[in-house]
Amino acid sequence: MSITQLPLLQQLVLVLAAIVLFTSFVLLAQARLVSAIHAFAWQGGLAAAVTGVVAVAGHSPHLYFSALLTLLLKALLIPWMLHRLVHRLELDRHVDLLRRPALVVMAAVGLVIFSYWLVLPMVQQELAFTRNIVAISLAVVLIGLLMMVFRQQAVVQVLGFMSMENGLFLAAVSATGGMPLVVELGVAFDVLVAMVLFGVFFFQIRANIDTLDVDRLNRLTETGGEEP
Amino acid sequence: MDYLLIASSWGLALLQALLFAALAPLLVGWVRKVKAWLQNRRGAPLLQPYRDLYKLLGKEVRVAHTASVLFRAAPYVVFIATWLAASAVPLVAVALPTAAIADIIVVVGLLALARFFLALAGMDVGTAFGGMGASREMLVSALAEPAMLMAVFTLAMTAHSTNLASVVDAQLAGGLVLRPSYLFALGALVLVALAETGRIPVDNPATHLELTMIHEAMILEYSGRHLALMEWAAQVKLLLYGVLIANIFLPWGIAGSLAPADLVLGLAAVALKLLALGAALALAETVLAKMRLFRAPAFLNLALLLALLGLLGHVILEVGA
Repeated sequence: MSITQLPLLQQLVLVLAAIVLFTSFVLLAQARLVSAIHAFAWQGGLAAAVTGVVAVAGHSPHLYFSALLTLLLKALLIPWMLHRLVHRLELDRHVDLLRRPALVVMAAVGLVIFSYWLVLPMVQQELAFTRNIVAISLAVVLIGLLMMVFRQQAVVQVLGFMSMENGLFLAAVSATGGMPLVVELGVAFDVLVAMVLFGVFFFQIRANIDTLDVDRLNRLTETGGEEP
Repeated sequence: MDYLLIASSWGLALLQALLFAALAPLLVGWVRKVKAWLQNRRGAPLLQPYRDLYKLLGKEVRVAHTASVLFRAAPYVVFIATWLAASAVPLVAVALPTAAIADIIVVVGLLALARFFLALAGMDVGTAFGGMGASREMLVSALAEPAMLMAVFTLAMTAHSTNLASVVDAQLAGGLVLRPSYLFALGALVLVALAETGRIPVDNPATHLELTMIHEAMILEYSGRHLALMEWAAQVKLLLYGVLIANIFLPWGIAGSLAPADLVLGLAAVALKLLALGAALALAETVLAKMRLFRAPAFLNLALLLALLGLLGHVILEVGA
């Protein structure tokens, strides 16, 4: 289905989904911790906006609730918690530079093409308009994974993990019109609990190795045996 | 009757090209005026760029001993190439014969020709500043050009043509369609335009600070009418990018036919769009700080990424199966 045949609201969904993908790239390449948290908050807000517009376009009122939940949790509460954590860990001005940023970003572009290739057979089945977004959400998931592989800083890795969850949520909303409410609530609280646990872990890691650079964890296990 | 139509459309094309050259200093004056207002100054009058050009055109030309013929020829080449590029961009009306001869790739090529001669002229005299400016300009343009072409290809894929008039026509015929690819292409083109016209995050047009200047460093040795032509060319280039952005992404109001009422409406519409764009540029220049030169590649990488996402967004989201 070409975009010109779609109603305006569904076009808006496509535009918002594309911007979600862009925020994924911003997260991937963002060096400043606080700005990365802001980018994550924007991504959550946009995912909520996608849900809201899908709800309006598809007349599915149960999606309003999930949009509200996403907005509160992913755009406000989790970023606020992360912000407070970063402040308490005194990482406000921390800069975590990506090694070879251009190459990593190109790898992410490759992932977008790969996920499009994966989804292609599904899109060709002449299904609803939102199926096109599955490729985008898959790309968001894969870029989150890429972020966890390439970034060394623990907080940024958590951001990558959370943005993977955003991608899954986007896929659920666009492909099937949202998950059942029970599942959605369960996932939301899982994420929240994960966030709290991550916070505890940050302090543990920091107390043990004096930094949140996860690469040091490796080095410690290698030299750990020699220490008295 | 047929001859009359052809003659009138060519006449209009010529008029539009003259309008480009005539309006360019006004846009610069407007941007400076808004910037002055934002800084709580009264600022120079709106017509000051015209006065500067007039003054420079009347002044004696001084040329360094070491300068070759190239140094004298460069201002004319730069101005004519930029002006020719501008004449292919639809300003007031779409259906003009100039748009049929030159597509957007020719426009990019003509701008590259102008930049090539500008850089050569910068190095010709052999001063340190000229060479430095030329090398910086080449660094910026080598990164900006792929991003620009990629953004242009995104538009061309939607319109199935690289011709600017067809792109505008396709946009007008489709009515209001929210296209993710256009959004990204707009972002990429804005970043490229800022870099190519030497505006603030990349270059500062208002200073002659030796460590940071790019464009000013290359034309440091020029005086008199040569300098006037160089500055005028830079102003035409700014107007070209402004019109390109305004008329491709928001083509509404542009004259589809050659009827006088349509043309007046088209002129008013483009003037309004340029006023808004100029004010936005002045606001951006007031809010943003100039980047270090070595940050410029990251800035232009962002433009390239946006253009790439535009292309991918077009393929993934807009074509469908």
